[in-house]
Amino acid sequence: MTVVFKKTKGLTDAPFSYCPGCTHGIIHRLVAECLEELDLLDHSVAIASVGCSVMSYEYFNCDAIQAAHGRAPAVATGVKRVHPEKIVFTYQGDGDLASIGTAEIVQAAHRGENITVIFVNNAIYGMTGGQMAPTTLPNQVTTTSPRGRDVSKTGEPIKMSELMATIPGATYIERVMTADPLSVRKAKRAIKKAFQYQKENKGFSMIEVLSSCNIGWGLSPNDALQYIKNEMASYFPLGVYKDKGV
Amino acid sequence: MSKVLMKGNEAIAQAAIAAGCNAFFGYPITPQNELIEYMSKYMPDKGAFVQAESELAAINMVYGAAAAGARAMTSSSSPGLALKQEGISYCAGAELPAVIVSVSRGGPGLGGILPAQGDYNQATRGGGNGDYKVIVLAPNGVQEATEMVRKAFYLADTYRNPVIVLADGVIGQMMEPVEINTEALPLIAKPWASDGNLSRGHRNVVNSLFLNPVELEKHNQDLRAKYDLIEEKEVDYELSHDENAEVMFVAYGTPSRIVKAAIENLKAEGINACLFRPKTLYPFPYEALKKAAQGKKFVLCAELSMGQMIQDVRLSLEGSVPAHFYGRAGGMVFEPKELVNAVKDHLGGR
Repeated sequence: MTVVFKKTKGLTDAPFSYCPGCTHGIIHRLVAECLEELDLLDHSVAIASVGCSVMSYEYFNCDAIQAAHGRAPAVATGVKRVHPEKIVFTYQGDGDLASIGTAEIVQAAHRGENITVIFVNNAIYGMTGGQMAPTTLPNQVTTTSPRGRDVSKTGEPIKMSELMATIPGATYIERVMTADPLSVRKAKRAIKKAFQYQKENKGFSMIEVLSSCNIGWGLSPNDALQYIKNEMASYFPLGVYKDKGV
Repeated sequence: MSKVLMKGNEAIAQAAIAAGCNAFFGYPITPQNELIEYMSKYMPDKGAFVQAESELAAINMVYGAAAAGARAMTSSSSPGLALKQEGISYCAGAELPAVIVSVSRGGPGLGGILPAQGDYNQATRGGGNGDYKVIVLAPNGVQEATEMVRKAFYLADTYRNPVIVLADGVIGQMMEPVEINTEALPLIAKPWASDGNLSRGHRNVVNSLFLNPVELEKHNQDLRAKYDLIEEKEVDYELSHDENAEVMFVAYGTPSRIVKAAIENLKAEGINACLFRPKTLYPFPYEALKKAAQGKKFVLCAELSMGQMIQDVRLSLEGSVPAHFYGRAGGMVFEPKELVNAVKDHLGGR
């Protein structure tokens, strides 16, 4: 029998805690494949954040540290500064990175920390049951915006890639999505480049991945993928926002 | 080596580097600024120094560096320590060795920048969530502060627990002759460190999350067992013994030195008093204090606060000896004569 497809070595055998249909699993796999292909697994440290991906320290097949809500870039800084030769990355959601952790993400980029940030934006607080996030789309219904996000009272969704690209210390900022096979392949290219840059000491990278929360959004998995493509990507345009590494 | 005249904050920083501190993360706040400034200048090239964007970030950088095996430290003052509580709880939960120097000032809120001891409860009880304990060492001078910061790294590594060196602002700001121990503090193996090295044959994970209640209870029980061991082995105090003493002062930090002057003054007036000085605020020397107090007319607890350690003093005494309190706050520091008068008042106007 010939093996034509197998699990990446970059993931452990622990079963994911993610809901069926959620694209966290795909993004985990992309990160893990990149680490494996770049031969980084043996000397990487993953920093898990708080939110749906809180258990990611169980899934990435490398050393890992679980961080407090929003503080992953500070924890990553602590690790990277004492082990500059190691690969250090954070895996954070939008509540973690774009709300409670805005200071830490902005300042890690400002210092030009040579780390990689995987920012999973699904426009909602998934883990706690679907509350409004800073990235929740206008008029989107969540458990704390039951009549839809009212931008006159809650502001317009924050665009983190655009914001981060303005920081002089940031090296590489790109927004991708996981809505179909093509966009998944593009997402992997971006993630791989971010790790390659870290390996080459090029500085701070953040890859924002538009991801689905079919449960929180109240959509079928397939409709949720369409929502990424049609709704999220139109408010959060895909593309390279900054690349000082070329 | 001869003694040199140094400011407390700088001496603490130098002693930390001498004790092998190789990662420092801090944020400017008065009255501890000379400490972070010294670190920025003298941290060896192979070590890490970061001026963090916030107290929150600084303690979380300590969390990361400690998780990766470093001898990590941060320093701050009262309002800054308040912000660090989340990270201290995480360090305790994940059992990480970390040293936190608190050069305390007056509060609450923004308070003031002059020395005070209103952070006894903050240090010994903490404001972070969960059942945890932080070892707290309280120096009463610059020399002892340097010795305690060295000991703090030893205790942190030994017990895999955060340690606070609680120095009031007087100690941070004053200059005293000091001789810093430059002997290497032996490294303790950290096979648990998550430092990106799978050649050890397995993954290491540093974590404080236990969603399974059975596991979390076990974790709490294991921590409790560790704290029991710390309480058994690490209690430290100073007792200026006097068999004829009819009064016992209890004081820590700078006030303990003012008490010593008050004791001399009282002696000149024919009143014998002694001093009990806790050097570890956690673990608190409950039994030793109670034993030392027996036979005294009363105990007078003198603090630069409105009364915080007095609660531990009363817990120690269990009502066996009357306990009185004298305190000043806000940066006002009592003079020996105030303590003398307080003793005379309690003795019935002698």
